[in-house]
Amino acid sequence: MKKNTATSLAFYVPYALWIVLFVIAPVILIIYQSFFDIDGQFTLGNYATYFQSGTYIMMTINSVWYAFLITLVTLVISYPAAYLLHYAKHKELWLLLIILPTWINLLLKAYAFIGIFSQDGGVNNFLGLFGIAPKQILFTDFSFIFVASYIEIPFMILPIFNGIEELDEGYVNASRDLGAKWSQTFTHVILPLTMSGVKAGVQAVFIPSLSLFMLTRLIGGNRVITLGTAIEEHFLTTMNWGMGSTIGVVLIVAMFIIMFLTGERRKKGAKRA
Amino acid sequence: MSNVIVELKHVYKRYGDTEVLKDINIEIEQGKFYTLLGPSGSGKTTILRAIAGFLDVSEGEVFFNGEKINDVPANKRRVNTVFQDYALFPHMNVLDNVAYGLRIQKRPKAEIKERVDKALKMVRLSGYENREISELSGGQQQRVAIARAIVLEPEVLLLDEPLSALDAKLRKDMQYELRELQQRLGITFLFVTHDQEEALALSDEIFVMSDGEVQQSGTPVDIYDEPINHFVADFIGESNIVSGHMVKDFVVEFNGKEFECADAGMRPNEPVEVVLRPEDLDITAVGEGKVTVDVDTQLFRGDYYEIVAYDDAKNEWLIHSTNPAKDGDRVDLTFDPEDIHVMRLNESEEDFDARLESYEGE
Repeated sequence: MKKNTATSLAFYVPYALWIVLFVIAPVILIIYQSFFDIDGQFTLGNYATYFQSGTYIMMTINSVWYAFLITLVTLVISYPAAYLLHYAKHKELWLLLIILPTWINLLLKAYAFIGIFSQDGGVNNFLGLFGIAPKQILFTDFSFIFVASYIEIPFMILPIFNGIEELDEGYVNASRDLGAKWSQTFTHVILPLTMSGVKAGVQAVFIPSLSLFMLTRLIGGNRVITLGTAIEEHFLTTMNWGMGSTIGVVLIVAMFIIMFLTGERRKKGAKRA
Repeated sequence: MSNVIVELKHVYKRYGDTEVLKDINIEIEQGKFYTLLGPSGSGKTTILRAIAGFLDVSEGEVFFNGEKINDVPANKRRVNTVFQDYALFPHMNVLDNVAYGLRIQKRPKAEIKERVDKALKMVRLSGYENREISELSGGQQQRVAIARAIVLEPEVLLLDEPLSALDAKLRKDMQYELRELQQRLGITFLFVTHDQEEALALSDEIFVMSDGEVQQSGTPVDIYDEPINHFVADFIGESNIVSGHMVKDFVVEFNGKEFECADAGMRPNEPVEVVLRPEDLDITAVGEGKVTVDVDTQLFRGDYYEIVAYDDAKNEWLIHSTNPAKDGDRVDLTFDPEDIHVMRLNESEEDFDARLESYEGE
């Protein structure tokens, strides 16, 4: 028995090392850094700047707004897609096709879209066939949200698809049997019972979307400035690591808030109407 | 005859090349307890689903109150189902589950409350309204599933092996309750089970199914006493089936001897199968009975002994006796002429009924 405990402890070592080195240590470092100003003096000034300057607050609202839009767009596309996928023939194949783009590097995909959306790109050439003059597509909010959603969609579809797969067809039949139309069955049974998949998808999309920065530059043309962009600027351009870390801490806190809001809550004590 | 509520006419169901229902003709009357009985894969649940509206039949017609309902969607059919795994909505409590159908119909709140109360009282779950489904035992979930279905006051309640997930004791209790409930509500129950004891105990009428066909239909007593063929005799109760042939009316030959029996209407010397129920066989001393056997093994079953014996032709005989026998003993078995049930090979149910009428009516 003793040997067994030793072995199972040994199995924890890589995991524990990973967590300590790549999760806990960086978070502590970021929090530590956030208390120093650009000259290496201890200060609370970074937080004061963050919450007092309108710029950072605007930037935060901007980030949340765009992350919200991206999440909404992916959700609106992914739920029906996952639902159809569940009933499709050869669903493994379709699923593979959805996962496939995630194997390609994000930058590569971003550059591909620059080609597609540019003045002389595929979309404008196509519009040209109908005599429509080239439009500015790249560097607009539309293109930013479009590309970001495109990149995030697999991460939304997968958890929702799993949720729908786990849904027992018996519940749907039971609802129909009790007289519910399809739309009623959907709102009263299918959606509530697949909500955990939706929440997981929202977590997987919203949080990374908060800190997107390469896309804001390549596709959004720096018109869209999010917290991710700001962090990059502080660390690489202005070298104000303290301020960058402060924004990082804000993002981490935001993540926990999202996790809390979308997490599974205990059902007991929950009041119902 | 006018109170037929559900009728299936020449119903077929095919999945590719496999035929899961073959020419099903069933009439279900108002206010009775019907059972579809058969082994798994015999098509009994498929019939239920065809009536509930969860699948389209490939051929044939389904009638409800005289109206063809082949194209009526499940949510518009006036039947409700108690599912095998109950399918209670896990995100709702007992009250919300039972009230579901009424809320869909947008009934006034007071009426919903009244009807839910009544339904829960019917299944003896008053006071459980606010329990979560996960907090209920299997038997309680079963009752909620029934309450959820009967609260809508359907004319026909379909029950898909509702007792199969319960343990033996609870199952027996629920059988009584189901039968009682059916009589109190006065609505038609169509019950699906693979448990022949359950079917015999509960039903007014049984449809015995096998391979997508109705083998025999009738009252439990009819089916038990006059099984139409080998399958039914074997599936319903335990039986000794030996082959023989009909010498003439009321005389059958098997095991090299002629016996008086109560069956007639067959061709002389027609090959037949003979069914003898284990409980109809009595053990006597050698020389006093009709078949001589050697006792092989016996099992004590509580209320009787189950004895396995072999005759000289190495046929196995199963005997239920209140008195024990001894392993290795040589004994005689005796039985009365009416204990012998003769079955023709491949006789259709129609011919069977007609033949029985021809000589029983005398």
